[in-house]
Amino acid sequence: MNLISIANSVLAVLLAPLMFGIINRTKAVFAGRTGQPLLQAYYDISKLFQKGAVYSNTTTWVFRAGPIVGFAAVLAATVFVPFGGLPALFAFKGDFVVMVYFLGLARFMTVLSALDTGSSFEGMGASREVTFSALAEPSFLIGLAAIAKYTGHISLSPMLAGINAASWGHAAPALALIGLAFFVVLLAENCRIPVDDPNTHLELTMIHEVMVLDHSGPDLGFIIYSSTLKLWLLGSVLIGIIVPVHSGIFLLDTVSSLLGMLGLAVVIGIIESTMARLRLLHVPQLLLGATALSILALVLVLR
Amino acid sequence: MANVQSLQVYNCQAAGLSEIPVLSIADFRNCVIQHVKSGCRISSLFGRPLNNSNVRILAVLANDEAGTLFLSSADVEKSYPSLTPDCPQAHWFEREIAEQWGITPTGHPWLKPIRFHSSYRKGHDAWGRKSAEQIMPGVTNYFQVTGEEIHEVAVGPVHAGIIEPGHFRFQCHGEDVFNLEISLGYQHRGIERALIAGPNKRTIHYMETAAGDTTIGHTTAYCQIFEALCDCNVPARAQVLRAIALELERLANHTGDLGALAGDVGYLPTASFCGRIRGDFLNMTAIICGNRFGRGIIRPGGIGYDVEEKRLEELKGCLAKAAKDVTVAVNLLWSTPSVVARFEETGVLSRQICTDLGLVGVTARACGIDRDCRFNFPSGIYQFAQVPVSTWHTGDVFARTYVRWLEIQKSLAFINNQLEMLPQGQIVVPLDTLSPEKVVVSLVEGWRGEICHVALTGSDGRFCHYKIVDPSFHNWMGLSMALRELQISDFPLCNKSFNLSYCGHDL
Repeated sequence: MNLISIANSVLAVLLAPLMFGIINRTKAVFAGRTGQPLLQAYYDISKLFQKGAVYSNTTTWVFRAGPIVGFAAVLAATVFVPFGGLPALFAFKGDFVVMVYFLGLARFMTVLSALDTGSSFEGMGASREVTFSALAEPSFLIGLAAIAKYTGHISLSPMLAGINAASWGHAAPALALIGLAFFVVLLAENCRIPVDDPNTHLELTMIHEVMVLDHSGPDLGFIIYSSTLKLWLLGSVLIGIIVPVHSGIFLLDTVSSLLGMLGLAVVIGIIESTMARLRLLHVPQLLLGATALSILALVLVLR
Repeated sequence: MANVQSLQVYNCQAAGLSEIPVLSIADFRNCVIQHVKSGCRISSLFGRPLNNSNVRILAVLANDEAGTLFLSSADVEKSYPSLTPDCPQAHWFEREIAEQWGITPTGHPWLKPIRFHSSYRKGHDAWGRKSAEQIMPGVTNYFQVTGEEIHEVAVGPVHAGIIEPGHFRFQCHGEDVFNLEISLGYQHRGIERALIAGPNKRTIHYMETAAGDTTIGHTTAYCQIFEALCDCNVPARAQVLRAIALELERLANHTGDLGALAGDVGYLPTASFCGRIRGDFLNMTAIICGNRFGRGIIRPGGIGYDVEEKRLEELKGCLAKAAKDVTVAVNLLWSTPSVVARFEETGVLSRQICTDLGLVGVTARACGIDRDCRFNFPSGIYQFAQVPVSTWHTGDVFARTYVRWLEIQKSLAFINNQLEMLPQGQIVVPLDTLSPEKVVVSLVEGWRGEICHVALTGSDGRFCHYKIVDPSFHNWMGLSMALRELQISDFPLCNKSFNLSYCGHDL
């Protein structure tokens, strides 16, 4: 355990909401607008934390526990992910499975609290979320398995440390396939276009947003915060693969990872500006496609 | 045979009230059904009180191919055998008659109120409700589906977006919709009742706000009625400017719709650009009359404001710029595969259903039906300058989107053409009093579709009855049918492709 690595989690907590700002700014440029301030997500979260919450009579403690447990689970997942020049706070064999299941726990609580409201909208959202995440999870895990096989480690920090510029020299196809698959997973897990539209107000088309319609005040603040953290978390894993700078110089490694995250946010913004959402029926095809890419990558590294 | 039983008139042609044949209810049913079978559709069907006991039902049947209208009527006291089983497009009209006059169409398959108000005829109620009973909109029985894994989703009347109130009940199996039932009436203001004994100072303002986004359409329909009843000729310059205003209204709304459709599938560029360009078109209407929604421009006998040379030049400049912008913004839709894939095969409405339900406007033309009042029942300048009918054959969201784009192009060309040869002269003529004991039907192709106004004058030359049929009144049922077997997540997109009016329906 490397105590200094707690900085990874601190960095995530500090910078994650900025990703939303960059995505929204990119979209604004494409739409010919000035757009909201880069720090809008911070303003929103702090505003929500100062508000009171409204609870319906039909809900139980599950509904109140959902957002805070969800936030805690995502925050806990950040201790397993290395970033820039620092390895993860905790690293042990199979830690990536724990990380994935912390994210699973967060989702489980969101779904439970959505079902707790008894609203037909939230029930629909919960059913969609569970269906799609069940399809996204294999892609992520198989991709991680391929990296584990390639690097010969089964802990996230050495796995990502094992990928460097030279790896892209001789294992480019496998790494590119994994990168692509993880990118699709990242879009799906973070309810971005083409899977979900974070800006829509149409309840019937929503996946993630519809599950949190009944949450308000600090609860909603935690939900928004954990969704920014989740984007940061999956983004760090992806950037660890496609921007593998391990020079040993702390500053260079960290800055290149940060630039990678910036680039990722811009790419997400560009995608959201240039393509439409998929029909809900076609989302599984996209996710199965991502799984196929991961399997192909695994085949390539097993060879 | 059918012609003997009905009075043939043309759009905006006044006829004597006594010339409308009054048939027995059996002959009336037969007349309506035969006309519809031979290619007519019900443009309007309504009741008006004759005396204390009887209500006279009047049918306005439109023959699109011949451009003729047929009027026929029958007297009813309490009930009559429903037309709906033989003629589905009477469905909504008969519910309206039942609600307004407490007349029961026996055998109607789904007799429910549509606006949730008490009967206009004291002591008569089709559902036997007491007159003191408070009637709440939306509180009624709904179509139910039972079985395993069936669930019901209720949406509205309060919606997440800034739109009008309406209640939607979906019967779903997982993500599939078995049935959608639409319940409206939240916007009922009693406009038709308030028009009786008019025209007066208020009448024109009721018309301008019957459906706020169709101000020019409804006001034109009303003014044509006024002018037909006074037998006056509107000056050519006013006729042309009226048509320009009507096309600008179409341009603004179609552009807004294309932007909103792009927004509903999450396609940002067209959504953003079209939102702005819609504003540009609204501002052009404001160049003419000072109001973005065209209030104050259409007035009986002509128009309210003339447009001098300087503003005409300004209008031409703005139009050219907006035409360029809208072309770029909309063409992005067709060149983006993810958008086209989302539009195609969503919310398909067959041509047969469209004909059976007597749908109008963009919806009908998107099913490949040549139905456009500017072409079939031309009035005003459209008698001399035609706008080609734009159709597409697939009946899906794509077709409804694409027809809008075709119409934008046609309207732009029409306005440019008319601005080039704008006649000189006066813009308004003085009007006499209305002639008594007459009936006039006025049809206008608003941007949503056929707007039908029917006015009947009494012996004092005032309206003794006034009926407004907004295109939404026909088309809401079409939306319901398009949703069958569709994914519930596609409802917002499909709904937007119809973009129907709530207040135009509720009046």
